[in-house]
Amino acid sequence: MSLLDYFKRSKPSASIARERLQILVAHERASITQAAYLPQLKQELLAVIQKYFNVNEESVSVNLEQDDNNEILELNVVFPDEEANKNQPEERKGKYNARVNRTGRR
Amino acid sequence: MARIIVVTSGKGGVGKTTTSSSIAMGLAQKGFKTVVIDFDVGLRNLDLVMGCERRVVYDFINVINGESTLNQALIRDKRCNLLSILPASQTRDKDALTKEGVGKILKELSKEFKYIICDSPAGIEQGAFFAMYFADDALVVCNPEVSSVRDADRMLGILSSKSLRAEKVREPVKEYLVLSRYSPERVETGEMLSVDDVQEILSLPLLGVIPESSAILNASNSGTPVILDEESNAGQAYSDIVARYLGEDRPQRFIKKQKIGFLSKLFGGR
Ligand SMILES: Nc1ncnc2c1ncn2[C@@H]1O[C@H](COP(=O)(O)OP(=O)(O)OP(=O)(O)O)[C@@H](O)[C@H]1O
Ligand SMILES: [Mg+2]
Repeated sequence: MSLLDYFKRSKPSASIARERLQILVAHERASITQAAYLPQLKQELLAVIQKYFNVNEESVSVNLEQDDNNEILELNVVFPDEEANKNQPEERKGKYNARVNRTGRR
Repeated sequence: MARIIVVTSGKGGVGKTTTSSSIAMGLAQKGFKTVVIDFDVGLRNLDLVMGCERRVVYDFINVINGESTLNQALIRDKRCNLLSILPASQTRDKDALTKEGVGKILKELSKEFKYIICDSPAGIEQGAFFAMYFADDALVVCNPEVSSVRDADRMLGILSSKSLRAEKVREPVKEYLVLSRYSPERVETGEMLSVDDVQEILSLPLLGVIPESSAILNASNSGTPVILDEESNAGQAYSDIVARYLGEDRPQRFIKKQKIGFLSKLFGGR
């Protein structure tokens, strides 16, 4: 009897299928619900930023990136007017961005 | 007011059309005016499974485009006059379906019918989207197999985020599991996901289990919904599903391996 046969016998394939599916489905559900809140998050952030700066919707972008154990929420705001750029170093003029890193999964 | 039921799955070939045809026939036999719509634009098959392929003159898209009236396109079933079929178009491109067009037809059908069954195509493209968009209830057809379960879960996500009910923040679409092509023997040997496994992963109420059955091929060969084959286990399984959908309490069958014991031999059980 080969080693493979031994494993086949000790663990029926249906239970492997179940375990794989449980992990996969949990993962996919989590990423879909995360994606679902992004548009609203963007709207709310935009509203807050607009209280202080004169920016329009196109100048704000919100992205959520994921790798195996990090989630990075990236917020980019492009300021059109001189006022906001005054105290920025040359290479940062016209652009401000913030990154929020969250380590670990939910 | 009609109830709109989508029969969907994500994955192809799992038994949506088989289920749609039998559920529609079963509801009509119970005395409800029912219409079953084929949303598989370009690949219509419901007409074949229902045995009315030679009576198709106009189709769903003709009605949307105003080239025919709804009544000209509807095919009245010869076995049960409470049942009508609205065939899909065979030639037009998939963009022919529009939200307004589909919505208008469903509204018109709602005046006349009690149940509207939407037979969804596979995938998550246009046809599948419009089949589920207006639904009140969803029968999610799934086979006990990894890719089918995963796709069913994707479909559940779409139902709960993209349907009209989700958009308008109404009471969500009621979702039910129909587990098809089930082999209790293979479950017992550990080769196939069990009904409990699938139910647990998808966390859906189980409407019923359809066993793997040769009666289904026979039924589609002759253009008869398998529910009319009352002798067959698959036909009985679909009758149970219709009864449960209508609120009857029927114990689940076809989940355990059939043991032909002494007593059942004696009393002629199968
Ligand atoms: N319980 C069953 N036992 C045996 N064969 C079945 C069963 N259910 C469906 N089939 C067979 O599987 C095939 C696909 O069924 P069907 O056309 O209903 O699937 P579908 O989900 O509508 O497919 P598509 O995604 O292409 O629209 C058919 O040949 C049918 O006869
Ligand atoms: Mg089909």
